[in-house]
Amino acid sequence: MATAKKVSAIKKTPKHLLGIQNLTVLEAKEILTEAKSFIKLNRGSSKKLDVLRGKTQINLFFEPSTRTQSSFDLAGKRLGADVMTMNMNNSALKKGETLIDTAMTLNAMHPDIIVIRHQDSGAPNLLSQKVNCTVINAGDGRREHPTQALLDALTIINRKGNIEGLKIAICGDILHSRVARSNIYLMNMLGAEVNVIAPKTLMPKGIDNLGVKSFTDMKKGLDGCDIVMMLRLQNERMQGSFLPSKREYYEFFGLTPEKLKFAKKNALIMHPGPMNRGVEIDTKLADDINVSLVKEQVELGVAVRMACLKLYCK
Amino acid sequence: MKEKILTNVRIIDPSQKMDEIGNIVIDEKGKIKSIGKKSGTSKSAEKIDLKGLIAIPGLVDMKAFVGEPGFEYKENFRTLSQAALAGGVTSIVTMPNTKPIIDNVSMVDFIIRRGRDKAKVNLFPCASITRQKEGNQMTEFGLLKARGIIGFSDVNKTIQNTELMSRIMNYASDIDVLIMQHVEDYELAKNSCINQGEVATRLGLQGVSDIAEKIIIERDLSLLSEFPCRYHINQISSKNSLNVIKKNKSNGIKFSTGVSINNLSLNQNDIGEFRTFLKLSPPLRSEEDRLSLIEGIKNDLIDVIVSDHIPEDEESKRLPFAQAATGSIGIETLLSLSLEHYHNESLPLEKIIRCLTINPAKILKINKGTLKEGSDADICIFDLEKPWVVKAEELKSKSKNTAIENRKLQGKVKMTLLQGEIAFAI
Repeated sequence: MATAKKVSAIKKTPKHLLGIQNLTVLEAKEILTEAKSFIKLNRGSSKKLDVLRGKTQINLFFEPSTRTQSSFDLAGKRLGADVMTMNMNNSALKKGETLIDTAMTLNAMHPDIIVIRHQDSGAPNLLSQKVNCTVINAGDGRREHPTQALLDALTIINRKGNIEGLKIAICGDILHSRVARSNIYLMNMLGAEVNVIAPKTLMPKGIDNLGVKSFTDMKKGLDGCDIVMMLRLQNERMQGSFLPSKREYYEFFGLTPEKLKFAKKNALIMHPGPMNRGVEIDTKLADDINVSLVKEQVELGVAVRMACLKLYCK
Repeated sequence: MKEKILTNVRIIDPSQKMDEIGNIVIDEKGKIKSIGKKSGTSKSAEKIDLKGLIAIPGLVDMKAFVGEPGFEYKENFRTLSQAALAGGVTSIVTMPNTKPIIDNVSMVDFIIRRGRDKAKVNLFPCASITRQKEGNQMTEFGLLKARGIIGFSDVNKTIQNTELMSRIMNYASDIDVLIMQHVEDYELAKNSCINQGEVATRLGLQGVSDIAEKIIIERDLSLLSEFPCRYHINQISSKNSLNVIKKNKSNGIKFSTGVSINNLSLNQNDIGEFRTFLKLSPPLRSEEDRLSLIEGIKNDLIDVIVSDHIPEDEESKRLPFAQAATGSIGIETLLSLSLEHYHNESLPLEKIIRCLTINPAKILKINKGTLKEGSDADICIFDLEKPWVVKAEELKSKSKNTAIENRKLQGKVKMTLLQGEIAFAI
């Protein structure tokens, strides 16, 4: 059989990766397939490619980040790009410069890709309208974190073979979580059934319209689930009192070996990190390599980001 | 000035229940001499034939922001009056959230003098209810009123302190001043920038429930039954608020209510992907809420439609949604956008015009919004059918933050007369 020339689904669409909401199934699958090919490379001894040689990637981080920032950093470098990471906590922004001014300044240096993390929802969208390079969203406010959802999907596929037909529980601070939102869109898109579990004060209004079932009782929400995604309590985003105490939260919404029994027998645990041990997850459970996929998530994160950089950088 | 006679024009004036084709005779002093199908003629008068057009009283816009003083780069008296006249608005209630805030007598003198020199429309300035709009100490209602202040409003701020609000109402009731409240509970609305619900959840923005609005209306109307003063709710946005208003009106409580043309014509879905020009206060809510507001006008629960004209420069809007400034311009498109509700058969023409002319004039107790004999010949003449497309760069406001860019409208102002003089014509 003659091999047809590989056609990319992404070429025809806007060249920014702003959110899972803007992706088609084909595009999402293409990223995942591409990412798979990088897993082996990353495990080998020689990790360098020259796919992005000559390209400039700027990581623009307005919010502190450890794993996402280092992951994008490594991904760019492994593909041969020149990577510059800017921590915007202590730069011109403090002097009153607006996001757009900063963007225009950087744009004048002709980058090919800007990776942005920002505390305001929609900041990457705004940026993408003003610069003439690719914009990749590395997390905006409580709206989206597309590469996290993609790496979660890749981790699940790597273990379970497929996402279609799985039952996935997302548990914790749904209200403030961009990871939850991106995962809801992506897992739905890939054919999984999604339950969200949270106390009422941390459950956003209208969540049911996003195609999920919502639960306030963790035991019911976990029933029959193949994957349990735990979220961090985002204390830094909480203004005012949402919960009586961390102790009470752990009692009802913390993942313990006892509660995990309500999920499927071979259920796996995920967490986007950083973890609050003893608040949302039992510390031993988090480290149990038989059930916890946390380390794998970090590992595959690099592969997914390499795929995104390669496919979106034209 | 020479006498003028406008002929063959369809006159709609809800203040005298008039809808007929006839003439309007304007005397040398710029007053209406006679009006209607039986109106007289005069040989010496300058004749203007307006066949096929409609004449209504010049609109009274109860809520607009003029940038002077302090924000001249957003709007000034000259640009505001140009925009107003192009939209058929001849009387404007201006908001006091200038820099400095209009909360003392010397500021009033300045604004009235400046307005007289630079503006070509009738200006009715508001002062703030509390000093610096801080919600602590009431302003000098009596002195300010004596200097020409039409009403009192903290614009985008609400008197949160219940005790203070009760005293404001109690004091105001004695000296017959108009209190115009922005209805929003601070704690519930904190950090919010959009209606609570699915759209907010998808966009990842902090939403505010309509309870924040309802709870202040309920509180104020309870106080009002104790301290009956002239009380006006600046803008409502939800079905829940309307239910409270309905209940209180049927209990005989006397007050008036306004709505912004934006809340009548747009809903939260129009925000799309972070269109900051549609970041408004009160926020755009659901389609169900929007439809209920139209019903509210139909049932006389809402008395006034305002433009809620808030000019903002590009810099204040070109920011992430949560940080962007609130508000949109609208005075020039107020009538045309309102007419959309006539063309899509949701409201009768008479009702729309009533909410834009005589109703606000009555609330403000001014002799405007009418074409009765003897009143000022402030007249808006428009073509009901004329189609056009809103283009921000063609609007006369200094700022171009319209919420309805590229919207196709039907009905356009052709001529505006101010005290008998043609102040705008195309």
